[in-house]
Amino acid sequence: MVNIIWVFLFLTGFIFAAITGNMEAVNEAVFSGAKEAVVICIGLISVLTFWLGIMKIAENAGLLNMVSRLMYPVISKLFPDIPKGHPALGYIVSNMTANMFGLGNAATPMGIKAMKELKKLNNDKDEASRSMITLLAVNTASITLIPTTVIALRIEYDSAAPTEIVMTTILATACSTLGAILIDRYFYYKRMNKGRGIY
Amino acid sequence: MSWITTISVWLIPSLILTILLVATWKRVPSYEAFVDGAKEGVNMSFSIVPYLVGMLVSIKVFRESGAMGFFIDLFKPLFSYFYIPAEILPLAMIRPLSGTGALGMTSDLIGTYGPDSFIGRLASTMQGSTDTTFYVLTVYFGAVGIKKMGDALKVGLSADVIGIVASIIIVRLVFL
Repeated sequence: MVNIIWVFLFLTGFIFAAITGNMEAVNEAVFSGAKEAVVICIGLISVLTFWLGIMKIAENAGLLNMVSRLMYPVISKLFPDIPKGHPALGYIVSNMTANMFGLGNAATPMGIKAMKELKKLNNDKDEASRSMITLLAVNTASITLIPTTVIALRIEYDSAAPTEIVMTTILATACSTLGAILIDRYFYYKRMNKGRGIY
Repeated sequence: MSWITTISVWLIPSLILTILLVATWKRVPSYEAFVDGAKEGVNMSFSIVPYLVGMLVSIKVFRESGAMGFFIDLFKPLFSYFYIPAEILPLAMIRPLSGTGALGMTSDLIGTYGPDSFIGRLASTMQGSTDTTFYVLTVYFGAVGIKKMGDALKVGLSADVIGIVASIIIVRLVFL
C-alpha cells in the first residue's frame, strides 16, 4: 500500500510537471528534498538521544513499573477474557506504558509477546480473538504523553513554543483511544449478536 | 484556553524533575543510565534517514510539480465547509499507512507553513495523536501468525478517523 502511494506521488508529480512546465522545480525538489530529510534527522538526534536517556533513568528507577501497577486495574477491565494474573496482562500493561512515554521501540516487543500469549489462550488458532483486536485497537490509537519526535521537528523549524502542542496531542490521543475502545466493544457485541463470536 | 498551553510548557520539566528525584532517592546511577539509554536514541535517529529521504523527495516532487496544489484546490470547497484547511489532507490520508511517510509529510507542512501556524500546529497534533494502523496490524499479527484479522482493521481505521477529527476540533478550540 505504501509502495503504491510512493510511486503514485512520483508519477503524478512528473506527469503534472510535464504538462505545466514545472520540470525545473521538480529537478530542484529531488535534491532539496533529500537534503532536507538528512538535516531533519540530524536535528532529531538531539531530542531523541536526550529523551531516551531520561526514559532509561525512569526505567532503572522503577518508575515504568510503578505506572504499570497503577494502570493494571483499568487494563484488566479492558480485557475481560484474560484470566487474572495471566502473563499476557503484564505484557499488555508494559506495552501501553512504553507507548505512553513515546518509547515505540520498547513497546513493540512487549506487544508481540502479549499477542503470543493471547494466541495460546485462543488455542493457537490463526484467527484474531476478542482480546487481540482490543490490544490492536488500543495500540493504533496509541495514547501519548510526550510526542518527542514532533517536538524535535518543531525545534528544528524554529518554533517559538515547540512544546505548546503537548496538551492538544494528549487530548486528541485520549479521544482516539476512547473511540477505539468504544468501537471495539461495538463490533464485539455485533459479533455476539450474530452468534459467531470468538470466545 | 491558555491554561492548556501552560500545562504543555510545564509538563516536560516537571516530568524530568520527578524522574531525577525518584532515581536519586532510589540510588540509581542516573548519569550512567542516561548515557546507556541515549545511545539508543542516536541509532534511532540514523535509522530514520532512509525512510525520510525517500518520503520527503516524493512529497516535494508531488508538491513542486503543481500536482498537490491541484488536488488541494479540488477538495478545498468540501473542506472549507467544515473549516478544515485542505493542506492537511495528504497527511490525514497517509497517517494510517506509513509512520515515516507521515513524519515526512508533517515536517514538510511545518517547514512550509511554519511550526506556529494553524496548519503547523494541526499537523503536529495529528502526527502525535494516532499511530500507523497498518504497521501495527502487520507487525503484531504477522509476528504471531494471525491470518484472519476479524474486525481489527475496521476498528483501527475508525480510531484513526476519530483521532484526526479530534485533532482538528481541539486545535481549533485551543489556538483559534
